[in-house]
Amino acid sequence: MDEIRRVIIIGAGQAGGETAQRLRQGGFTGEITLIGEEPHAPYQRPPLSKQYLSGELPMERVLLRPPEVYTHENIAWLKSTRAVWIDRTNRRVRLEGGRELSYDALVLATGARPRKLPLAGADLAGVHVLRTAGDVDAMRAAFVPGAKLVVVGAGYIGLEVTAVARKLGLDVTVVESAVRPLARVTSPEMAGFFLDEHTSKGVRFVLGGQCALIKGVDRVRGVGLDDGQEVAADIVIAGIGVTPDVALAQHSGLTIGNGIVTDRQCRTSDPAIFAIGDCASRPMVHYDNRVERLESVHNAIEGAKIAAATILGQAPPAEETPWFWSDQYDLKLQIAGLFGGYDHTVLRGSMADRAFAMFYYKGERLIAVDAINKPAEFLGTKMLIAKGLSIAPDILADASRPMKELVAEAQKTASQKT
Amino acid sequence: MAKITYIEASGKEHVIDAPNGQTVMEAAVKHAVPGIDADCGGACACATCHVYVDPDWLGKTGEPGSMEQSMLDFANDVETNSRLSCQIKVSDALDGLVVRLPKSQH
Ligand SMILES: Cc1cc2nc3c(=O)[nH]c(=O)nc-3n(C[C@H](O)[C@H](O)[C@H](O)COP(=O)(O)OP(=O)(O)OC[C@H]3O[C@@H](n4cnc5c(N)ncnc54)[C@H](O)[C@@H]3O)c2cc1C
Ligand code: FES
Repeated sequence: MDEIRRVIIIGAGQAGGETAQRLRQGGFTGEITLIGEEPHAPYQRPPLSKQYLSGELPMERVLLRPPEVYTHENIAWLKSTRAVWIDRTNRRVRLEGGRELSYDALVLATGARPRKLPLAGADLAGVHVLRTAGDVDAMRAAFVPGAKLVVVGAGYIGLEVTAVARKLGLDVTVVESAVRPLARVTSPEMAGFFLDEHTSKGVRFVLGGQCALIKGVDRVRGVGLDDGQEVAADIVIAGIGVTPDVALAQHSGLTIGNGIVTDRQCRTSDPAIFAIGDCASRPMVHYDNRVERLESVHNAIEGAKIAAATILGQAPPAEETPWFWSDQYDLKLQIAGLFGGYDHTVLRGSMADRAFAMFYYKGERLIAVDAINKPAEFLGTKMLIAKGLSIAPDILADASRPMKELVAEAQKTASQKT
Repeated sequence: MAKITYIEASGKEHVIDAPNGQTVMEAAVKHAVPGIDADCGGACACATCHVYVDPDWLGKTGEPGSMEQSMLDFANDVETNSRLSCQIKVSDALDGLVVRLPKSQH
């Protein structure tokens, strides 16, 4: 690529914000323009369904960095501004209103859009999605003790909202079309654990439940299921997943698969354009270069690091094992690795203690862990996968030996072999 | 409010006025102190906010909790004065605190 003097980043979320920061910290002295349609400076989304929803954290503590930093670092952050067109031939981006900007390198960090319930009544007041701080602000007035909440979709976000709602004293029903919660993201055993936890906290579940319509006149009054049941509701939150925001990339003819397709350097099919975070998919080095689109903070940060290093002409950092966390009640779930394609699991510790780890194996190979209140098992596995190492199932199942010791032993054995 | 000194592995110092109630991690990140990655934003889920607390201050910052301690077991170059900075809350009692940063968080 020619010398890069002008970088445009579209999307001022976790990935976009990190890219701007990494470029400056990495010594980039050219122009950086960070375009974001939200009114806020780049912020973290995880607290939205946790401490921001519960009121424990104010917005200024959710921001990645205070807004003034962008001025100090000479980053042109355009807030409440949408990019509407990419002219790849002339390397220009058009903003809503018509203004155009030129780039030498463009980073697409447009994230994902929450799916809306495809139902009659979904536009009624009191029906919400949860993706932005604005979404949480909009539901706050109705999110009060005693209110009847229906959460549609038992994924991590839906269950985190459920946990906060129960703590605040809302009456919660979760409607999930699969026969178990977390069906897309974890094993039946883990799903059973979370189901029991929430049930014991007084949450009602309608599993295998299909929503047919949202009832109400001006405001939501209930959710009608296709078996004729009605669940009363003062507030409905849909947590039924997201679709990657590929609109701009698609219009400009970039290759799209599950998200904008990139190589390991986060480059799209146009070498001047990078795509990172929730909107993009790339080969996963620790998983035989299988192409995946991940929705996690780690993936957003890693994409930002790789794109920034590549733009700076530096070697990108070694890729980490993909990881994720979720907080529900007093449970901290930490996931390392990708569990897809596992053929057996190993439990370390006991679910009844609410501190245990479920390991996922594909043949001999350890590919992932779900750790509940067990940070050592999480970090240990994260390190092992990054180094291509495993621990035999019978050894891991013995919870009497500390994880630290087992990991050290695995590393020692590996170094003796080489 | 507490004045906190962060010393990068290279020796470069950053002196920051940190408001009470924030964490030692947040104050660093908000002032763009390099060397504290804080990938999870303070959820005690990532162990990339590792710092060494100046020995004179260990009494004031207290001991790591059990979750924090297990995470520290896997951080790079841990010492007896290692802490996760997202788990140290700023208060007047920490005015003058000095923390050193490891070479790398990864
Ligand atoms: C409620 C919630 C809880 C979560 N909890 C966790 C968790 O506990 N752990 C975890 O690892 N991950 C969690 N995640 C996932 C994580 O937050 C996301 O993976 C991450 O934010 C993705 O970052 P991103 O920058 O790719 O996208 P985003 O953060 O979505 O940012 C994209 C930004 O681009 C803007 N944009 C899009 N198109 C344009 C345009 N044309 N012009 C201008 N701006 C545009 C959007 O408005 C948005 O602000 C959570 C997500 C949510 C929503
Ligand atoms: S910021 Fe992640 S553990 Fe401290």
